[in-house]
Amino acid sequence: MKNAIGVEIPEYIEGLGKLEPFQGVWKSIIEDEVPSTNISRTLKAKKPHASKLCKTLEEAIKKCKPFDGMTVTCHHHLRGGDGVLMKAIQILDEMGIKDITLASSSLTSAHDGLVPYVEKGMITRIFTSGIRGALGDTISVGKLKYPAIIHSHGGRVRDFLTGRIKPDLSVLAASAADEEGNATGAHGPSAFGSMGYADIDARYSRNVIVVTDNLVEYPCIPSTVRQHFIDYVVKVDSIGDATKIASGTTRITNSPMDLRIARIAATVIEHSGLFKNGMSFQVGAGGASLAVAKFLREDMKRKSIIGSFMIGGVTSYGVDMLNEGLFHSIFDVQSFDAAVSSSVLNNPNHIEISCDQYANPNNCGSMTNKLDVVVLGALEVDVDFNVNVITGSSGEIRGASGGHSDTASGANLTVVVCPSFRGRLPIVKDRVHTVVTPGESVDVIVTERGVCVNPAKPNLAAKLKEAGVKVVDIRDLKEEVEKMTGIPAEKQLGDQIVALVEYRDGTIIDVIYNVKNLS
Amino acid sequence: MTPKFKAQAGTFESSDIMILIEPLEKDSGRKVDISSTVMLQFEADIKATINKVLDTLQVKDLHLIAKDKGALTQTIEARVETAVKRSLGIQEGTM
Repeated sequence: MKNAIGVEIPEYIEGLGKLEPFQGVWKSIIEDEVPSTNISRTLKAKKPHASKLCKTLEEAIKKCKPFDGMTVTCHHHLRGGDGVLMKAIQILDEMGIKDITLASSSLTSAHDGLVPYVEKGMITRIFTSGIRGALGDTISVGKLKYPAIIHSHGGRVRDFLTGRIKPDLSVLAASAADEEGNATGAHGPSAFGSMGYADIDARYSRNVIVVTDNLVEYPCIPSTVRQHFIDYVVKVDSIGDATKIASGTTRITNSPMDLRIARIAATVIEHSGLFKNGMSFQVGAGGASLAVAKFLREDMKRKSIIGSFMIGGVTSYGVDMLNEGLFHSIFDVQSFDAAVSSSVLNNPNHIEISCDQYANPNNCGSMTNKLDVVVLGALEVDVDFNVNVITGSSGEIRGASGGHSDTASGANLTVVVCPSFRGRLPIVKDRVHTVVTPGESVDVIVTERGVCVNPAKPNLAAKLKEAGVKVVDIRDLKEEVEKMTGIPAEKQLGDQIVALVEYRDGTIIDVIYNVKNLS
Repeated sequence: MTPKFKAQAGTFESSDIMILIEPLEKDSGRKVDISSTVMLQFEADIKATINKVLDTLQVKDLHLIAKDKGALTQTIEARVETAVKRSLGIQEGTM
């Protein structure tokens, strides 16, 4: 069956079940009935004053009675410094547990060590928002038993609530926790800021273990994850590499190309009609995307604009803007650097939120639906404004869906920033290799060679032209770039489906096939 | 013409190409080795561009090593031409 963007979607995949094709950004969320397969919370019991403390993670995992075919979940707040997920998988493997479904909110460079567990079939399914590095290559060539499912941040919450992901064991790292499992990422030697992705795991998993390198006196204040959901608590020497968990402050790029793109994007925002008091704003943490904040900051000061809130994906740069009074508040689901943790802890206007509140399409108050402007990156874009943030130039899995499609769908103005080509590879395509965010939810694509406005927004195009912004037809831009770079050879793909891209409403928006040659 | 010296042109920066040329013995012909970050996408194109410049300059008996980081055609042409001219001793430069 074909979905709304013309991708052939299998009706059924062994090991994953029936698939629903993508029908459009809001089709199933607004017009259809809300899915009724809601799960209930697990009933648990604990004797008064009994201790939850375990000496080792191994002891805690054994008490959770792991079994073959179980689903294990983790959060990715420790980013590239995570030492907990690998440890948990290693313990389960030593216990002989197999056929594991791994559902981590994302997977980073810290998880390359999963490769042998995938190869020997100990891990057979993966649900996640991002896959990179050696693990990405392993899955891309077809070594995971069943196709990986790439969901968005909001989609993950929905997948928990519909029972698509049924967590049996959740191992949640915290930079501070007490004996009952009240836990936070806001302080401690390994502080990582918001713990927003872990909230859903704590609430809905059958067994929850909190792992910390910093057991504090009861009660742990503040606490994101609360004690009535937690089965066991483990104090370990280390939850990972603190320098890779969160370090220093985020710097704005020096790349002239990124700065040029960011300058144009800020001008687009200024003339979009949304640049006024009370504006809400989200920006990514990388390259050109974050640099937009630098120019927006200058423009807001120049025009005395005070915004309502920022959300994200929060960097120290956002915290600086909060402290300068340019925004009233920050809603923080994930913090990107060390300087953010202290703001989460000390500034009452820096509000930690769960991923549910951040982006779940099936609640009635997600922040992404209240967003005015979002600036997002892209690996590739196409003439229909579709965006790829998951597969690289050989078709290999090397990125993250993250909150890309969530924010794009909710924001009044979705701006995608990217160079028109990168190291000879044209970025504007006839069709992106993998659609993560449908063009229907993308308004503007900003490149160094001009701004492309979605034809569905003629008024916006007119406003920008009037303001002197160089608005170009996306097909003309594609042609101009290909004249310089040449047209790349076709990718060498097989016919094995290695991953499915799940849209935030649970439908399948695209399919990823195995690659024959990795660059 | 045949190269007299070892010569190089270019850098290892992104969007550039490093060209190294070594003279070979008489009648050894032309040997070209290419590595590139965009090998899968542009191998044939890079090879054709390099050979075109070598043909135009009518040089033989050389070993050319190209390490490409996604250079555009014009950049490849300029780097190869410069490296060849340096190897012939008709243009000043490094090595």
